Amino acid sequence: MAEERRQKQCSVVLPTESMKAMAESVGVGQLQEESCVALSEEVSYRIKEIAQDALKFMHHGKRRKLTTSDIDNALKLKNVEPLYGFQSQEFIPFRFASGGGRELHFYEEKEVDLSDIINTPLPRVPLDVSLKAHWLSIEGVQPAIPENPPPAPKEQQKTESTEPLKLVKPGQEEESTIQGKNQGATAADGKGQYLKGLMRLKPRSTHELSVEQQLYYKEITEACVGSCEAKRAEALQSIATDPGLYQMLPRFSTFISEGVRVNVVQNNLALLIYLMRMVKALMDNPTLYLEKYLHELIPAVVTCIVSKQLCLRPDVDNHWALRDFAARLMAQSCKTFSTTTNNIQSRITKTFTKSWLDDKTQWTTRYGCIAGLSELGPDVIKTLILPRLAVEGARIKAVMEGPVVSNIDKIGADHVQSLLLKHCASVIAKTRPLPDNVEQYRTDYGYLGPMLCSHVVKARTQAALQAQQVNRTTLTITQPRPTLSVSQSGLSGSGGPRTPSIIKVPSSLTLMSPRPGTPSQPSPPATKYIVMATSAGAASTQQRAALLDWPCTDVSPGDTLEKCYYTILIINSIKPMVNVVLAKFI
Amino acid sequence: MAAVQGGLIDTEEEKDIKTEPANDGCGNNNNNNTANDGRLLNASPGSISSGGSNKPATGALEDQQTLLAVLQFLKKNNLSESVEILRREAGLSEDTEDSKGLDSSGAGSGGAAGNVDSESGDANSLLSRVSVSSSAVSASAVQAPSKAGAGEDQPDVNVVLSAYSQQGDPALYDVYYSSLKKFIESVLDCHRAELSQVFYPLFVHMYLELVYNNHENEAKAFFEKFSGDQECYYEDDLRVLSGMTKKEHMRGNETLLDFRTSKFVLRISRDSYQLLKRHLQERQNNQIWNIIQEHLYIDIFDGMPRSKSQIDAMSGSLAGEAKREANKAKVFYGLLKEPEIEVPLDDEDEEAENEEGKPKKKKPKKDSMGSKSKKQDPNAPSQNRIPLPELKDSDKLDKIMYMKEATKRIRLGPDTLPSICFYSFLNAYQGLTAVDVTDDSSLIAGGFADSTVRVWSVTPKKLRKVKSAADLSLIDKESDDVLERIMDEKTASESKILYGHSGPVYGISFSPDRNYLLSSSEDGTVRLWSLQTFTCLVGYKGHNYPVWDTQFSPYGYYFVSGGHDRVARLWATDHYQPLRMFSGHLADITCTRFHPNSNYVATGSSDRTIRLWDVLNGNCVRIFTGHKGPIHALAFSPNGKFLASGATDGRVLLWDIGHGLMIGELKGHTDTIYSLKFSRDGEILASGSMDNTVRLWDAMKAFDDLETDDFTAATGHIHLPENSQELLLGTYMSKSTPVVHLHFTRRNLLLAAGAYNP
Repeated sequence: MAEERRQKQCSVVLPTESMKAMAESVGVGQLQEESCVALSEEVSYRIKEIAQDALKFMHHGKRRKLTTSDIDNALKLKNVEPLYGFQSQEFIPFRFASGGGRELHFYEEKEVDLSDIINTPLPRVPLDVSLKAHWLSIEGVQPAIPENPPPAPKEQQKTESTEPLKLVKPGQEEESTIQGKNQGATAADGKGQYLKGLMRLKPRSTHELSVEQQLYYKEITEACVGSCEAKRAEALQSIATDPGLYQMLPRFSTFISEGVRVNVVQNNLALLIYLMRMVKALMDNPTLYLEKYLHELIPAVVTCIVSKQLCLRPDVDNHWALRDFAARLMAQSCKTFSTTTNNIQSRITKTFTKSWLDDKTQWTTRYGCIAGLSELGPDVIKTLILPRLAVEGARIKAVMEGPVVSNIDKIGADHVQSLLLKHCASVIAKTRPLPDNVEQYRTDYGYLGPMLCSHVVKARTQAALQAQQVNRTTLTITQPRPTLSVSQSGLSGSGGPRTPSIIKVPSSLTLMSPRPGTPSQPSPPATKYIVMATSAGAASTQQRAALLDWPCTDVSPGDTLEKCYYTILIINSIKPMVNVVLAKFI
Repeated sequence: MAAVQGGLIDTEEEKDIKTEPANDGCGNNNNNNTANDGRLLNASPGSISSGGSNKPATGALEDQQTLLAVLQFLKKNNLSESVEILRREAGLSEDTEDSKGLDSSGAGSGGAAGNVDSESGDANSLLSRVSVSSSAVSASAVQAPSKAGAGEDQPDVNVVLSAYSQQGDPALYDVYYSSLKKFIESVLDCHRAELSQVFYPLFVHMYLELVYNNHENEAKAFFEKFSGDQECYYEDDLRVLSGMTKKEHMRGNETLLDFRTSKFVLRISRDSYQLLKRHLQERQNNQIWNIIQEHLYIDIFDGMPRSKSQIDAMSGSLAGEAKREANKAKVFYGLLKEPEIEVPLDDEDEEAENEEGKPKKKKPKKDSMGSKSKKQDPNAPSQNRIPLPELKDSDKLDKIMYMKEATKRIRLGPDTLPSICFYSFLNAYQGLTAVDVTDDSSLIAGGFADSTVRVWSVTPKKLRKVKSAADLSLIDKESDDVLERIMDEKTASESKILYGHSGPVYGISFSPDRNYLLSSSEDGTVRLWSLQTFTCLVGYKGHNYPVWDTQFSPYGYYFVSGGHDRVARLWATDHYQPLRMFSGHLADITCTRFHPNSNYVATGSSDRTIRLWDVLNGNCVRIFTGHKGPIHALAFSPNGKFLASGATDGRVLLWDIGHGLMIGELKGHTDTIYSLKFSRDGEILASGSMDNTVRLWDAMKAFDDLETDDFTAATGHIHLPENSQELLLGTYMSKSTPVVHLHFTRRNLLLAAGAYNP
């Protein structure tokens, strides 16, 4: 291959057409073909010479990229006037033009109005050079701090999980040898050879955690599900940014999945929310390769979306927000992890749709399904949700205007309605041609038509007002208000203090330490119990406060755009659903 | 040819040098030395001059041609005396061996060359055009602002090139080369590897002949047909060659001059050589035989032919391997005896300067030997071989500090690896091009592509300027804390910026006493900055081209610089003219390092060789070949015995200075190595590279393995053990931060520095 390249090097000469074009540009017409050939050879040679000199400057500048200043310096070396006006731009856009059978690439230089430049405010002064020290290695071991690259790069994590039997590459093999040495293994020398011998086997992944890692794990998990919000924020931040979590990933994933399993049964909304926030943090960590643990994480997330009951008082607590949040997580993981082989998105969509279409599905599950589907994007809304708006509208109407069945159903229907309106309106505003006729909407979408119409009109006016911000504004208007009022009304409506519930935790897990201010329920000493105060009072307000503030903290500006489109659907009872999901992913 | 290198040092300069030791001002030198110095200095150019004409048999023809051209010119200018001297020299030099250590024979000729210069600056510049190191060298030497103008060079280049004019049928070149190739492929395995070395230089010279004789198409066809056969490490040179397809291109092309004027050196065993010779004579293959005679220097040795791996280890440089004679000179690699300073038992009492005291604790080896350190190391140069500055009180204090720190030093080894503290330069949009750290690790300086030099204090002690003269006059000079009082508290800051250069700063070096900072730049100057006033003190002009590297001597006062003009210069801070010029490299000098005993200077170059120069007489005492790319990092081991070098090919090579041998190869890096450093005790070698890693190597083991071998028995054909993996103790990846500098603190903590490049 090198041979071929070299042969090419020999023959590369600028085309004579370029010579002609350049000659014309300086006013020399009708250059003879022979002169062109001679010129192009000479010019090519000189250019190569200059490029070779420029490379020297690049090497001494300790760069990998040749810059225009290198060329200038090389020209200076040859006692040639450097080219003025070419600054080191990362990207110099060449434009292409053709005409009269000739093709030309040129660098577009726009005329600049000086007054414009003078009048524009000065850009911010770039930060000054500064010096920052960190430990690259401490007595031979590289600490896992953000300043250092992750111990196992994502690519390596990926190769390990996707091609476990592949030959270990020389670099990795060498690294593992070093790791072996660094971890102070006694037979450091023998280990290298040992590893070499085992090369064809699946590389061992270390399952034991160091004492520090165990401590870290304990601290983090406790903080994540503990009562102190400040600590939790810190812990989540650590999960989302720390590059060295690779080895603890299996533990975290088990922690989350077990935690969801237990707390769904216990209807412990707060803990479910905390666990979902952990999932979010894990997904945000750019150094982790989560694919290996999706079989644990996805069922947990789906459970939080569609579970029939997520809290003890469905009429009061804002479990809707949890569903929304989990639905967003689901959509995000579909986007990042869905491939042609695992097909996550289509499997998830199928699951949601199936439950939604079932008549017996409860309103809560229905809400979850719709939320889950609508977070998947406008296309999904258009193809799956919009056609069913009329049917769904009829169902909502039956609850809202029919004989009062139960308060819970009514709240559910109300939420489903607003969810559908929120997500569908933006999609319709984008796709449906004007005008927005209320009657037309009623015939198209049934019961929800008129409301939808007003939402669409609102969306359109806002879009017109601030074309860019439209999506964000609709979100702020439609979302937080109702949730807030619901939970507050719940607070006032809830009767006397509830008895504290005791949650049993699998012995392998430490979910949280006993909360402070727990009513005097003695906890049996042998097994570890977690006592949750769900009574109205300090604990429950705190709980709600946490619950109310998370949508804001977790929605980053970048996310909002997609997150706010979406809309709706439904399902059946949770248990079979969870089982279905589990069965599919395990 | 190279004869002219004497002209590098013009008279004015020479005077300067001769008088130098006397007005050195650094005391401590004796008259003896002065005389010695002068004589040997003269010797240097002479002996270099003989360097080109070293091979009586093969070199005669071309030498004569060059000499004739020179003589003609001299006659034309009525420089009869010079003509005579030159004639005499030519006669002499023919039986002079190349070895630059032979001072005496060179002495006269050096003077001669000097005379030539004195009489005509023109002649000087002219001659140097013909010389190995091409015009750039002489231009700077005579301070003639000629920037390698191709037109000017013309007549002389023609003289040089005339060797190519002999005509052969261009169509037959292909046949000649093919038949030789067939022959070499058919010989016994043991000879094949050796004879294959002939391919590359033959290929180059045949190609150049074709080009010179205007057979452009044949040349291209020839290149295309056979360039693929050449070893991959010649790719860079082949790229240059491939661009050169016309006779006009050959003018002023430095690469071409390198090929033409310096003989490509091959080491071949006698048997293999006989085989080749017989073949060529049988076939009447005169074309190839002529090339071998004229352009190749075949260093024949008796004994077993070398294996392919042995050959590959040593080849790769622009002009073949080093001749064996080139590395025969004696090198005093031992360390100088440290002045004895009593370490006061009482920490507060630092006034004591009694002469009898504890032995110096510089090297732990000596440490263990205790009293032995008082004795002179047999390999060490005499204490006053070159005049060194006298120790000042502050230096003594520093030495005491050093010894105190040294007692707290961690003993490193494979089981106790050093901790690495990484200093990242953030927001260095300008491009960080050089870094240095003071020996006591209190200051870090960075050179940037935007021409600035920045100095940081990494200790809580801030950087302060000295007060202005007016304020200074108010200070009570008798007070105890006068040194404190002269500092201007208002200027205290963590970093200072030094403005003065007009191009990227490529080299930077602190003086050992931390009072000065040197920086070398693309603008062709080396600047000396004061770290008391944070102003520029001197701009040393001499290199007219970018200066790639500079470094202070470990004892201060002297410094060395090297750059694009292929000449390394030795300067003293109080002279604005260089004291020595080290010329001989065939391409840019990319890095320069002082030997720990300050008597030698190592330079690495783009011609892929490392040379070791004697500061005393300017002779080249070692040439190391084996790198396959430009060398960007050099490091001496603390005991002065070994040298480590790193290049763009990502390999670290280890050299035994005393024996002049390659003794190890450390593979692992995947990109250019920009920094190398031995730990204070020489147990660990750290290398930092463009590939964002710091690697630690077991230097003790690498050297130990070899000390068991019998060097002298072998003809310098070392068989390198493939043990890079065993020697690699650790690899530490940084986050997209190329490692530009490494430094071991006095307690053996490793500091690394680089610019974060997100």
